[in-house]
Amino acid sequence: MGAPLLEMRSIVKTFPGVRALSDVTLTVAPGEVHAVCGENGAGKSTLMKVLSGVHPHGSYQGDILFQGEPCAFKDMRASEARGIVIIHQELALVPYLSIAENIFLGNEHARRGIVSWGATLQHAARLMKRVGLREHPQTRVADIGVGKQQLVEIAKALSKEVRLLILDEPTAALNDEDSAHLLGLILELKAQGIASIIISHKLNEIAAVADSVTVLRDGRTIETLDVKAPDTTEERIIRSMVGRDLDHRFPERTPYAGDPGAHPALEVRDWTVHHPIDQQRKVVDDVTLHVRRGEIVGVAGLMGAGRTELAMSVFGRSYGRGISGTVWKDGHQIRTRTVPEAVGHGIAYVTEDRKHYGLNLIDTISRNITLGALGKVSRRGIVDEHEERRVAESYRTSMGIKAPTVFEQVGRLSGGNQQKVVLSKWIFAGPDVLILDEPTRGIDVGAKYEIYTVIDRLAAQGKAVVFISSELPELLGMCDRVYTMAAGRLTGETARADATQEVLMRLMTTHDMTTNKR
Amino acid sequence: MGPVTTDAAPSTPRTPEPPRSPTGALLLDAARRNMRQYGMLVALGLIVVLFQIWTDGVLLKPNNVTNLVLQNSYILVLAIGMVIVIIAGHIDLSVGSLAAFVSAACAVMMVEHHVPWVLALAVALAIGAVAGAWQGFWIAYVGIPSFIVTLAGMLLFRGGTQILLGSRSLGPFPEGFQKISTGYLPEVGPDTNYHNLTVLLGLGLIAVVLVQEVRSRRREQAYELDVLPRGLFLTKCVAMVAAVLAFTLTLASYRGVPVVLLLLAALLIGLGFVMRNAVVGRHVYALGGNQAAAKLSGVKDKRVTFLVFVNMGVLAALAGVVFAARLNAGTPNAGVNFELEAIAAAFIGGASMSGGVGTVLGAIIGGLVLGVLNNGMSLVGVGTDYQQVIKGFVLLAAVGFDVWNKRKVGS
Repeated sequence: MGAPLLEMRSIVKTFPGVRALSDVTLTVAPGEVHAVCGENGAGKSTLMKVLSGVHPHGSYQGDILFQGEPCAFKDMRASEARGIVIIHQELALVPYLSIAENIFLGNEHARRGIVSWGATLQHAARLMKRVGLREHPQTRVADIGVGKQQLVEIAKALSKEVRLLILDEPTAALNDEDSAHLLGLILELKAQGIASIIISHKLNEIAAVADSVTVLRDGRTIETLDVKAPDTTEERIIRSMVGRDLDHRFPERTPYAGDPGAHPALEVRDWTVHHPIDQQRKVVDDVTLHVRRGEIVGVAGLMGAGRTELAMSVFGRSYGRGISGTVWKDGHQIRTRTVPEAVGHGIAYVTEDRKHYGLNLIDTISRNITLGALGKVSRRGIVDEHEERRVAESYRTSMGIKAPTVFEQVGRLSGGNQQKVVLSKWIFAGPDVLILDEPTRGIDVGAKYEIYTVIDRLAAQGKAVVFISSELPELLGMCDRVYTMAAGRLTGETARADATQEVLMRLMTTHDMTTNKR
Repeated sequence: MGPVTTDAAPSTPRTPEPPRSPTGALLLDAARRNMRQYGMLVALGLIVVLFQIWTDGVLLKPNNVTNLVLQNSYILVLAIGMVIVIIAGHIDLSVGSLAAFVSAACAVMMVEHHVPWVLALAVALAIGAVAGAWQGFWIAYVGIPSFIVTLAGMLLFRGGTQILLGSRSLGPFPEGFQKISTGYLPEVGPDTNYHNLTVLLGLGLIAVVLVQEVRSRRREQAYELDVLPRGLFLTKCVAMVAAVLAFTLTLASYRGVPVVLLLLAALLIGLGFVMRNAVVGRHVYALGGNQAAAKLSGVKDKRVTFLVFVNMGVLAALAGVVFAARLNAGTPNAGVNFELEAIAAAFIGGASMSGGVGTVLGAIIGGLVLGVLNNGMSLVGVGTDYQQVIKGFVLLAAVGFDVWNKRKVGS
């Protein structure tokens, strides 16, 4: 092969306090399909944002060469002008405009500011045929499924004379049939000379369509493998993705010594959840799991595996539609159709998105802590402020929330301290079962250790803890058992003794490939 | 700043302070947290002093102070309801029309059908509750934005008013009904140059405030929480006593306490207490601050929103009654632009457009800022044209200060 189409050399990108990319190198040959994979937070999306100009030239270090020429994109328009088009996971379509209008949005067929509808529809129909989208060009985007919307995005990219197409988790939101169609399309475009980068953690997809794969880990390029080479097996890629030393420190886990004969504290049976908008799609598919008192059970999965959706749908049906299945507490079936019902049965859900779902950022530490159980500090509907303050102070001390007073506004605290406030709130509610969703996301190592200590203490007190995390080392360090999920399904249950990063990653990237080609 | 410790009676710092921090730092901290409200209190003070000088002392003459209370009473009643709606993250554009509708209904009942005024009053408040429930239903349970629902309500109730009254004004009302707005506490006891009952009431209020302060301080000490140093605590008490005493004597040297003022005081104390101390009040703040988080914490979001609008409906009806009683007639154009004055009062008093922030006391202060401006400018002869321009700038400045202040603290 001749000169590479794209070369990214020694890219370094830092955000305040975090180094997202340190020394990433990526080389894409002309006309190839290049896969990029890595764990959540490995730097895949950041790298693509650097490439497409979302992070403009100057905000990162390193060089980008496209078709042999150095590039200094100042925004997305600049990169699109060179033929680099990115299709984000969250589609950037206007739902109430037609397919044709969306394809040419910002790039309208117009003369002196007046849109030429004839040319627009004609050209749109031609592009739609190329991507295999059988719809009328004037159909509203809101009225077609996610799979077809994805095709509209690709048609939009084609209208811009695309040379390199970047797809961020293109099949994460698609069903098997739509996924197969999309992957077929990528291969067709390849035949027409259009190169693609696909970000994916579905290893079978990578094997099906990619020519080479670059593995990122902790913001570094680990290696680039030729997919067709005989020694490039899925195990090889997995080892490369997780090959991190277990250098995280964890508190000594109090060994779980529960009575396996007793009823589990919480059991979820045959739990199925459909997507709130795309109701054909199962976000959680027939999941059964349980957790006992004093036990910490991990739930591992990559982006889109359905972990948060599972937790939120169990917790008062806060997510999804068409939910079926049963929830059992201590051997009795319980109703958890509303949040107050779930809380009443002693279930607490600590959200992964504390800013949107966990905290009232403009209010004080003290009022945030008591919100989940105001009844405990009030008498006949009247809050006892002194008692409330005493409670808040006690959590400030015991959880180590670093703030001058409990009247500090929560929005001013660091991420770690905010997380401690959310945890305090739910511990104060006095639950038997705590579902912790990414409790250490976005907080520094020291605060992580403190939170691990709290979790261990909770389990030692006899609480049942469900620990959802994307970070395998912390699951291995903290959990007695780990469930793995992929694409809404439970793909495994691994005891502490058998769990290694490789075993879990293997289960997290297992996909039922009945319809996709290999 | 924040909805932290701002409601209820004249609030001076009740901050938890690190034990050994100097008094100055402590005051500064409290001032920082309540900056918006203190800022407006100071602004209100400045406006009062300015007009007091400008009007050669007419502004604070006993009859004018009484007049000020009467003139602004119905806007203040609306502002109390409105700030709660705004804290919950909504808006209510219909209150002026609803007040007009209720006053028209009162007029029809009492003047045309000779319904006893007490019954008419009860029916009026019930109409308000039903109207509030109607709007609350669409907003809370159906999910139509409050702006739309209450815009529709604005048209509905205004139209209803005109259907009831045509183009007539209906009056006069029975004396008992008029007294709601124009009545004073009765004169009792020996002639002392002052209104005796008013003085007694003032002294009673002082006693209650002092007992409350001392008890609160004792309890905080019992919980081993930090309290104000002794000297500062005494200063605070003296200042509060002086303020209450001055206001009482001013009113007592004219005709005493207007009935409306008692009503306002009851609403301020009652709803202020609910918003600050009751579980349901907390839920309103939580909903406005972050609806998703509140819902996931088990707050019954729909019911709370519904109740907020029922409360607003009742208060709008009350405002309509007070206005009708003051005018001694029901007129088809009553209450025009009341909603805008009430909304302005809430925002001047520190409420935030995005919800979750604001206090009942703040709304009262905001309403008084507008009221004193109106009254003062009229006294010095500024035309209504310029009055509007000035009020527009005051609203913009108050909210602008808020935005600037927020950006400064980076929250």
